[in-house]
Amino acid sequence: MMSGTVVDSSSPTAAAPDDISGSVLELDEDEDLEVFSKDTNFMDGSSLNTSMQTSPGSMVNQYKFEEEEEQSDTKDIFVTVDNPESHVTAIETFITYRVLTKTTRSEFDSSEYEVRRRYQDFFWLKCKLEEAHPTLIVPPLPEKFVMKGMVERFNNDFIETRKKALHKFLNRIADHPILSCSEDFKVFLTAQAWELASHKKQGPGFLSRMGDTVRAVAATVRGVRNRPEEFNAIQDYVEAFSQKMTSMDKITQRIIKEQKEYLEEMKECGPIYTLWSGSEEELVEPLKMMASCLDRCCRDSEEHTQYLSSNLLPILHEYVLSTETLKAVLRRRDNIQAEFEAKNEALATKKTDSEAESKMLSLAWDSLVGKDPDEIRQQKQQKHKGEIKELKEEIDKLEDKLEWANNTLKGDWSRWQKSMRSDLKAAFTYTAEKNMEYYEKCLAVWESFLLSQRTEASEGGDRDES
Amino acid sequence: MSAAPQMPQQQSLYYFVPQMVEKGTTLLKRMEISVAEAEKRTGKNAVSMQETYTVYLIETRAVDAASEGANPAPDSLWRRYSEFELLRNYLLVTYPFVVVPPLPEKRAEFVWHKLSADNMDPDFVERRRVGLENFLLRVASHPVLSNDNIFYSFLTQEQSWKEVVFETGFQAKADSRLKALNATFRVKNPDKRFAEMKHYGDELQSVISQLLRVRARVADRLYGVYKVHGNYGRVFSEWSAIEKEMGDGLQSAGHHMDAYAASVDDILEEEEHYADQLKEYLFYTEALRAVCRKHELCQFELEMAAQDLTSKKQQREELATGTVRTFSLKGMTSKLFGQETPEQREAKLKTLETQIEDGEEMVKEKNAECEEFVKNAWVDIERFKEQKDRDLKEALISYAIMQISMCKKGIQVWSNAKECFSKM
Repeated sequence: MMSGTVVDSSSPTAAAPDDISGSVLELDEDEDLEVFSKDTNFMDGSSLNTSMQTSPGSMVNQYKFEEEEEQSDTKDIFVTVDNPESHVTAIETFITYRVLTKTTRSEFDSSEYEVRRRYQDFFWLKCKLEEAHPTLIVPPLPEKFVMKGMVERFNNDFIETRKKALHKFLNRIADHPILSCSEDFKVFLTAQAWELASHKKQGPGFLSRMGDTVRAVAATVRGVRNRPEEFNAIQDYVEAFSQKMTSMDKITQRIIKEQKEYLEEMKECGPIYTLWSGSEEELVEPLKMMASCLDRCCRDSEEHTQYLSSNLLPILHEYVLSTETLKAVLRRRDNIQAEFEAKNEALATKKTDSEAESKMLSLAWDSLVGKDPDEIRQQKQQKHKGEIKELKEEIDKLEDKLEWANNTLKGDWSRWQKSMRSDLKAAFTYTAEKNMEYYEKCLAVWESFLLSQRTEASEGGDRDES
Repeated sequence: MSAAPQMPQQQSLYYFVPQMVEKGTTLLKRMEISVAEAEKRTGKNAVSMQETYTVYLIETRAVDAASEGANPAPDSLWRRYSEFELLRNYLLVTYPFVVVPPLPEKRAEFVWHKLSADNMDPDFVERRRVGLENFLLRVASHPVLSNDNIFYSFLTQEQSWKEVVFETGFQAKADSRLKALNATFRVKNPDKRFAEMKHYGDELQSVISQLLRVRARVADRLYGVYKVHGNYGRVFSEWSAIEKEMGDGLQSAGHHMDAYAASVDDILEEEEHYADQLKEYLFYTEALRAVCRKHELCQFELEMAAQDLTSKKQQREELATGTVRTFSLKGMTSKLFGQETPEQREAKLKTLETQIEDGEEMVKEKNAECEEFVKNAWVDIERFKEQKDRDLKEALISYAIMQISMCKKGIQVWSNAKECFSKM
């Protein structure tokens, strides 16, 4: 898909083949355009005019990232990740997960798909999406490598946590107005194993990827001169937010640990009361009741800790990971701007060079060679003008690219912020509810204890009650 | 100060009001007693070294004076812990058939890590003050102990009370009592009830010790859980600074997290009270064991006396009939070295007769002692059992009430936090 050109030759954005970076980007954009033009009922909120083949620049203001409600109303693709299975080969052992897709989208040939994917495949998808959309915020993947302290890569908790995170990953992509239309996403969801393998092999060759990397590194080294203030603000925010999320993650892990240790100790109380009841006569009932109440409270505590582990912690962790993505997106945007700035500088240099050059070296050379100075000068000036025109064209493209990048980032940033607020608000609210639930359960347990003693007392008739 | 003969009312017992009616008149019926204050003093001790110690103010007031509405100022005097110990030792020796109420612990034990084990720590001193008051109230409501003069003087006579105690000569008995308690001896026919009681005391001691140890560890852990939530407070506060819409919600939620973290201090202080109630009965088991041991000692002495009498009677018989029924060194030696003269035999018989007479007296005495002891001790043990059942049941109930209070606080805090989150 990637190497073959999908560009409509009538499109004014057709890239000059000798500028690879530009063509890669534009192919992607056209790819997206292709997708959008096929699916008119999807982006009903956006004012995208699908019949127009326009330059990316003019497309920019048509990318409106509407409220999320629109998504839930028009959600037409449902993805689940479940059923992890272990596979053993001669070389390695790995886990695959079942990926189920149900969709009514017309670009899908069928309405249901079931495939098996391993972590590598998810990772491939993420890379492809980032390549295709360098300034969109691709959802985070669970970590590639085993965390320190976890010995068994295949222990159940680890697999369960990873499975849930992968599920989240795919669903976030499915909810994203642009990412969900990616061809790679579609292939990921629908292709059989061999189809996926062959699809993966396509794409820009090693050399072109190297070229991208070199350019990216060069851009980083060059640095960006005039970063717009709003991106500075985003950068600062991301930095601070990253720290806060990391803290939240750590604190929550610590709370879980403390609660588990509390539970371990509490579990010993009930049995001691039971033991005690064996020595008593009058106190047998209350002591047994104590033991039973303590056991119930232990179970409630266990449930509560389980909730924290499997619900609150993963979302916090996901946002820690997403800050890495955000930083990368900002870097890539900076690189695009740096490239643009560099080209501008090159143009400026070329312009000032032109006069000096035509006067100095060429005269010396030409007299050596014995050519007609006027002719030579004219040739040189022609050539020079041509070079400048080329540069100017490149700069225009880069300017468009930058504007595109900035706007997509801004749009997606706003979308990310809304998601973040809504996700964390929900997570914290639900955590508070769970805490209340835990205390309410324990309260009921102890009130039942009091009730049982009161009943005993009134039956025994040996005391008054205030 | 309430005149309840049991635990001082530290918290409102929500559903139950203790109603213990002591048989007969006890001091507590006539007198209000409290340990009102604690103070630090410094002075020179027996070896002329500077020491710091705590003294406790004992206040007493006649009950009828108060009820007439006159409300006179109470009488008061200061005592230190060692004087309480002296009083208790005197009571132990003088009333061996009574399960004497214990003093609060000398040094803090079963401590969870944030609680100070320092004797000078104000919380420890406060808990000790409560424990000392409880001790006095228990003694004052005891049908036998409350009538003791030394006890009365302890409450009312500031000067030279110590001398009065020593004048009773209890010290000598104290030493022999201690020896006897620690001696090993085998009793052939102990009263089954006492043997069972002793066994029960051992079991109770073991189980309460375990409970106190686990409780200390649980308290540690609970402390950790609550305090870590304080970190949420800090991070929410910092985070709110970079947020626009979420800022207010985060900030106020953070305050609630801080409140939650802070609430554990009160919770654990209340829990400490439950631990103190358990500790009292832990120490009671020692007193219980002492009474059972005393019975064994009595019984042992009786058995020894009876045994001695029997052997003397046997010797008389042998001497009279000339037959040796049981092995005795005397018998063997006389066989080896020849019989004695009739005069010698006569003298021996006479001595034996006297001894047998004395022995019979002794056995009668010991028997009476034993019976008396068993009678009195069993009455007190029954009294103790009833008190123990009542007190421990109430301790369990107050534990439940405490847990309920803790849960209600938790619900409140998280409900507040939830509201803040919903405004985010």
